[in-house]
Amino acid sequence: MLRNKLMLAAAILSGGAFASPAAAQNEQFVPILSYRTGAYAVNGVPYANGVADYYNLINERDGGINGVKLLVEECETGYATDKGVECYERLKGKGPTGAAFINPLSTGITFALTEKTATDKIPIITMGYGRADSKNGAVFAYNFPLLGTYWSAADIAIQHVAKEVGGADKLKGKKISLLYHDSPYGKEPIPMLQVLAKKYGFEFTPIPVTHPGVEQKSQWLSIRQNRPDYVLVWGWGVMNGTAVKEAAAVAFPRDKMIGVWWSGAEPDVQPAGDQAVGYKALMLQHGAGKFPVHADIEKYVYAKGKGASEPDKVGEVLYNRGMVNAMLGVEGIRKAQEKFGKKPLTGEQVRWGLENLNLSEARLKELGFEGMLKPIKISCSDHEGARDGRVQQWDGKGWKVISDWYTANQSDTEPLVEEVSAKYAADKKIQPRDCSKES
Amino acid sequence: MLYREAGQFKTTYAEDMAIFPIRQDRIALAILLGIAFIGVPLLADFDIWPFGSDYLLRAILLPFLILALAAIGVNILVGYCGQITLGSGAFMAIGAYSAYKFGTGVHIPLAWLGFAISIPPLPVPTSILLGGLMAAIAGILFGIPSLRIKGLYLAVATLAAQFFFDWVFLRVPWFTNYAPSGSVNAPALNFFGLHVGTPIERYLLCLIFVTVFAVLAKNLVRGNLGRQWMAIRDMDIAAELIGIRPLYAKLTAFAVSSFIIGVAGALWAFVYLGSWEPLAFSIDRSLQLLFMVIIGGLGSIMGSFVGAAFILILPIMLNLIPTQLGVPLSTETITHLEFIIFGSLICYLLIKEPHGFARLISIGKEKLRLWPFPY
Repeated sequence: MLRNKLMLAAAILSGGAFASPAAAQNEQFVPILSYRTGAYAVNGVPYANGVADYYNLINERDGGINGVKLLVEECETGYATDKGVECYERLKGKGPTGAAFINPLSTGITFALTEKTATDKIPIITMGYGRADSKNGAVFAYNFPLLGTYWSAADIAIQHVAKEVGGADKLKGKKISLLYHDSPYGKEPIPMLQVLAKKYGFEFTPIPVTHPGVEQKSQWLSIRQNRPDYVLVWGWGVMNGTAVKEAAAVAFPRDKMIGVWWSGAEPDVQPAGDQAVGYKALMLQHGAGKFPVHADIEKYVYAKGKGASEPDKVGEVLYNRGMVNAMLGVEGIRKAQEKFGKKPLTGEQVRWGLENLNLSEARLKELGFEGMLKPIKISCSDHEGARDGRVQQWDGKGWKVISDWYTANQSDTEPLVEEVSAKYAADKKIQPRDCSKES
Repeated sequence: MLYREAGQFKTTYAEDMAIFPIRQDRIALAILLGIAFIGVPLLADFDIWPFGSDYLLRAILLPFLILALAAIGVNILVGYCGQITLGSGAFMAIGAYSAYKFGTGVHIPLAWLGFAISIPPLPVPTSILLGGLMAAIAGILFGIPSLRIKGLYLAVATLAAQFFFDWVFLRVPWFTNYAPSGSVNAPALNFFGLHVGTPIERYLLCLIFVTVFAVLAKNLVRGNLGRQWMAIRDMDIAAELIGIRPLYAKLTAFAVSSFIIGVAGALWAFVYLGSWEPLAFSIDRSLQLLFMVIIGGLGSIMGSFVGAAFILILPIMLNLIPTQLGVPLSTETITHLEFIIFGSLICYLLIKEPHGFARLISIGKEKLRLWPFPY
């Protein structure tokens, strides 16, 4: 009896640091770092649901990736860096081959993990967030800021402003403010916007908002005094909704606000009600809405009662983003299986798959993502893969796409990427890989 | 029976004043240190469960050791000298950012004087200690108001330090070497020519720091200085009347406490996080440290360790139990349960034993002495 109790205690204390030996060997472990509690839960929940549902779909519909089932475990980070690091340590060694990749969904956690993941040889996928300089895969071999970095986002936002004011030459003398979450996430676009301000001659003012962002009175007072022509919003969680409400309170026109793609989902505008009408936000390619893949999710996941979300929230912006994120990771594993065999793979092998990922129009159609994404091709020197975006506007009921596609201007972003990543390589004594020799 | 000091005669003054006068305590401590210094690395080396994985070392023992060190620092100020502080997170940040600046080279251009102060990058151990020194200087500055204001009012003054330094490290790009995102990376951990990289090396490094500072602190608090602090804590007017200078006593407490907290901050940044932003040292960290000291026991070095373990490790364990037992709960339910159980445990503990774990331990010792008939 006592021995049983001791064994139970030991099992509890083992702390999940080990996969249980009974786990099937033909499984690929995929961790989910999510936040369903705290100040950022409004955005964290739909995203995590999208990720979980897509992994579930792969298991239910296809029986895994080429027969290798996905073994998924979620860990709550609460958007806190130290908890994120703890979660990473907890999950990285699970499953027969360890974590395939990690999606921290927090730029702060990404910064904290960048060095650790390179040592542990686990790719870190930061789709639409993370360090912008990690686009340079020669230095950041294990970082994948897929689909767009914040520097690309800043460039796209300024392109749209230029179009609205009637051309890039009209930007001269305009005032553009950046209302940003005071963390690595919000600070990331600043150097790019400074470069663009110099290039086009607009006046750029960064305005920080402290975590969690419910207190923005003084920021909006200064915006009212300064009267900028546009306010870019780099917010997350409750900060977004608050920004929209405060803008209404000081009568700043909502259609002169442009949120980044993390400030353009339903939970960001719905709490503000009618005050949010006219608010614009960038799209990380996709927007809200249902596509062929959603039909499969409803058929194979929700019909069996295994869905993570409330069914009416399927197809929301962040839900879709979680799905896209999960899909890119899964396709990375699939690509790696072509080279290393149809078995559970290590993080190092999955890294190769991600770096050689090439999703054509036809393949996206096969996957059911046609219309959500443009083709994406990753390479050693370009871990971003694609840098396209559109602009959407909230009409009180839904998001409407109001622009054509923009592509971030690489001639603007590239010098900064080179400069900052070279500095990182020098600081960390990393010998950049020669991308012409990678295959 | 085992824990009885009968028959242990002290024949010299040195023995009488020994740090651990009871032989059993010395043996227990020696065993504990033996396990920590030799046992854990050996178990890790032979991959013996659960020490073989990085998780225990990197995610549990490492933060535990560093936060225990910080808790010792807070305990000196709050527990021994009776000065409430809510700014310990800020002093950790000062330690971390100063160590970072010294470790990557300090350059202060003094344009109006026509020259610049330049210090080349210093070795990591020197940087960490200098980080502590900077925190001590800041501690003395923010300790000066303690001569005039007491209790809760002082707590508010230290809160000002917390917000001030949060602001400084967020807003002054010089401190982050103009990093675009405000997040900085620690330099490579080279100690006297050895590269500290693996979890076990990092663990041993922190263990050495913690042991040295714990012994120093233990000796300080039972010496002249510590007695001055405790006199000030118990009744400052009486202390002044018997010839203790409040200025000296309070400011030394601030200096020593901030020094230790600063070193802990530097270790937290360099050894545990590796890359950090000011949010790592926010007001939450200050409160966490204060709770560790209150739960562990005010005025007890041992209590700092137990408090750190309780506040840091228990929530992680609570979070792990459901998954480990295979209970199908969603992550948010587990997290909410963790908050509920942890919160109620704190309430229960403080009602049952307001003096914290240190008092529980000393009651246990008393009972052990009278065993098998304790009362």
